[in-house]
Amino acid sequence: MNQMKVEPYVTADGRTIGDVMMEMRNITLRFGGVVAIKDISFDIREGEIRAIIGPNGAGKSSMLNVISGFYHPQEGEVWYHGKRRPSMRPYQVARQGIARTFQNIALFDGMSVLDNIMTGRLNHMTSSFLDQAIWWGKAQREEVNHRAKAEEIIDFLEIQAIRKTPVGRLPYGLKKRVELARALVAEPKLLLLDEPMAGMNVEEKEDMSRFILDVNDEYGTTIALIEHDMGVVMDLSDRVVVMDYGKKIGDGTPDEVRTNQEVIDAYLGVSHD
Amino acid sequence: MGGRDLAQIVAGSAAPKTVPALLARNAAQFGSKAAYREKEFGIWQSWTWAETAAEIEAIAIGLLALGAEKGDHIAVIGRNRPALYWSMVAAMKIGAVPVPLYQDAVAEEMAYVLDHSGARFAICGDQEQVDKVIEVQETVHQIEHILYLDARGLRKYDHTKMHALADVKAEGRAAHDRFEKELAAREASLKYDDTCVMLYTSGTTGKPKGVVLSNQNVIETAKNSSEFDDLRPSDEILAYLPMAWVGDFIFSIGQAFWTGFCVNCPESADTMMTDLREIGPTYYFAPPRVFETQLTNVMIRMEDSGRFKKRMFDKYMAHAKRVGPDILDGKPVSAGDKLKYWIGDKLIYGPLKNTLGFSRVRVGYTAGEAIGPEIFDFYRSLGINLKQLYGQTEATVFITAQPDGQVRADTVGVPSPGVEIKIHDNGEIFYRSPGTFVEYYKNPESTADTKDPEGWVATGDAGFFEEGTGHLRIIDRAKDVGQMADGSLFAPKYVENKLKFYPDILETVVFGNGRNRCTAFINIDLTAVGNWAERNNIAYASYQELAGHPRVLDTIQSHVETVNASVAEDPMLSGCQIHRFLILHKELDADDGEMTRTRKVRRKIIEEKFSDLIGALYDGSDDIYTETEVTYEDGRKGKITATLQIRDAAVTVDTAHTRVAAE
Repeated sequence: MNQMKVEPYVTADGRTIGDVMMEMRNITLRFGGVVAIKDISFDIREGEIRAIIGPNGAGKSSMLNVISGFYHPQEGEVWYHGKRRPSMRPYQVARQGIARTFQNIALFDGMSVLDNIMTGRLNHMTSSFLDQAIWWGKAQREEVNHRAKAEEIIDFLEIQAIRKTPVGRLPYGLKKRVELARALVAEPKLLLLDEPMAGMNVEEKEDMSRFILDVNDEYGTTIALIEHDMGVVMDLSDRVVVMDYGKKIGDGTPDEVRTNQEVIDAYLGVSHD
Repeated sequence: MGGRDLAQIVAGSAAPKTVPALLARNAAQFGSKAAYREKEFGIWQSWTWAETAAEIEAIAIGLLALGAEKGDHIAVIGRNRPALYWSMVAAMKIGAVPVPLYQDAVAEEMAYVLDHSGARFAICGDQEQVDKVIEVQETVHQIEHILYLDARGLRKYDHTKMHALADVKAEGRAAHDRFEKELAAREASLKYDDTCVMLYTSGTTGKPKGVVLSNQNVIETAKNSSEFDDLRPSDEILAYLPMAWVGDFIFSIGQAFWTGFCVNCPESADTMMTDLREIGPTYYFAPPRVFETQLTNVMIRMEDSGRFKKRMFDKYMAHAKRVGPDILDGKPVSAGDKLKYWIGDKLIYGPLKNTLGFSRVRVGYTAGEAIGPEIFDFYRSLGINLKQLYGQTEATVFITAQPDGQVRADTVGVPSPGVEIKIHDNGEIFYRSPGTFVEYYKNPESTADTKDPEGWVATGDAGFFEEGTGHLRIIDRAKDVGQMADGSLFAPKYVENKLKFYPDILETVVFGNGRNRCTAFINIDLTAVGNWAERNNIAYASYQELAGHPRVLDTIQSHVETVNASVAEDPMLSGCQIHRFLILHKELDADDGEMTRTRKVRRKIIEEKFSDLIGALYDGSDDIYTETEVTYEDGRKGKITATLQIRDAAVTVDTAHTRVAAE
């Protein structure tokens, strides 16, 4: 048996979400004596927007790093598309169709937006170093195709006006968008977003929310995200995992989570009435 | 003048009498020449006239398949994109009337126009517009089908009455044989005086009105104006102004179809400047604001450049200012000056024009409001043939335009070909032309108020023909023009515009109707004056404090006196010189009801609210204490108090004026 039987559920906008894409089974992650994640299990299903929330230090980013293969849990298993995933290097994980953005923007400041986005196509490049050096035949055809994909994403995220601008000159909100573009251009099946709205103003948050929904809608990309802004999380996600001190204290639709007493106490603040 | 290629074509056959007929002519005549371009995915995609005709036919048949009837109104909402222009022509082809709407209108504003026009179809650019139409559908029930261009975000919408334009086109191609005859019959039934398009006015006074323009209006205007400026099939324009605006309709469809030139659509609103530079249009239109912004950007960047570059720029720009306009107008200029201008062109003007995207501009127009002479001259001195025109929707744009070689900042030119103009006793301008609109849709009263049985249309603007040159000069809105106590003309906006050309002055209100002399309120521009204060080590804590600073008053006084001298040059208007002025302690604000939301001053309200200040301007006092109620952004009210200085400004006594006054 490699896949748990699950009940399909219907999202707020009427999609039926069934198949499990990734499953975390009893994950425990320790750094020396510190237990960052303690015996957590949950699944991410095909086509959903899955949020991981929790107070500072709850272990959210660690969880995301486990999914992206950057951390290797001491206990527990990660199942992906019905197979147990062995311990992998991050680039191997990326080749399996998982892309991510970072909490602290990790772009190449000196390079243009377009060049940054093109780096996201690395996993799709097959021509040899020599081919690319002389830029002939296959390498050339390949670059044209990669550029076409990059332009599609540039159009999608409405960043045409900054295509040739060096990333270092861009304001924070746009850098975040470029990072999303770089992740998207890899054509991921699963997109991990680490605090995509952190430090943004209301308008930028609204834009980003719309892009996340559109990515999910247009490309059918499964999205797992960490976010602090509760309003955003509740509006965007189909299901939410709530963590506190490395433990899972809630899991379900935004409505279910909102009414979960343990969650209210731990994260949303103790209700006074 | 007159396009040579065009003359040959017209000679070959009877001139087409409808826009779809022009399309057929272009597809046959310039089949392989680019008609429309759009930058998408980083590349300029282009469509030849033959391809354009095929696309339009596919949309037209698709619309037929959806059940569009002759005489239906079809709303088109979105930013400038070829497919939306094609949709408009496709609508014409099937005998329907395209109604382009302002894409930035909110749903309520759109509701009125969609309801009034009775549109059964709405063709939208993207999800944003679709959402608005869906919202409108709650109250306006006759909209049956929504078509959209950009599918993004619309996947989950109910598609029973919604269609992607691509699908409509595909259906149109598939159903070609079935509807071919029907389409040909509809197209053949189109007549010269049938409605071509309906455009809604912006509705600054009351509800928007649907201006009905016939094929004749559009085609005659396009023909006359194209010949006036010698437009050619090789011309290129950038279509970036709202599609609902009559100017864009005439440039991007009327003249484009008449002349056969190429219409280029930018990638997005943000990339307009880059796209402008890449295309290098030969025929270009922009409102004064766009030219102003570009000039400011150039100046700011020059301030930041190195000393050598800055000095070179200053030196050659001074030379250009002196001889550039004369060279452009073909007036005699000494060989030495010509050589220096040539060097300047290689070093400064050429590269600058290239950066601005104006390297190839042969004909450039600005209109809509007064342009600062400084700004106007800057572009002309670079060798850009920037001209002014005067027009309105009801005239199918053109009333007057400046011919090459007779261009000035303070006139709007001579009557366009085919246009007759008369000026009423009160100064109001009337015109009659082949472009004169048919009617306001479903509004015979307004039509009768605006257009008399002989076809003369009241513009609502006051102006006069300049003696000697025959150029029209606009002075003000007719309803704002008054008379001073001595009977001379009072045109507040004329003086206000002159004052507002100074970057220091944000807003001004001139008084004097029925009085013996003029006075003014002035609002300083906090950014410009604040900058100046910083450079001159003047400390200030608030807008009010800066506005009351003696040195600011000195500066403004010198501006007022310069304007007085310039006003005095005009015998008819020399009575409008400003004798006394004050700088207001607060900015005129729409929240306080002093301005409209589009930043036009509301004279009546200002006169009532600040009657104490006006009193002081006329009773000779040196200062006045005042209390003013203000409304904060969150709706709370507060009160500010101030003691305002009143200054006297020198006026130029003009003999001509005293003579008028003596009569």
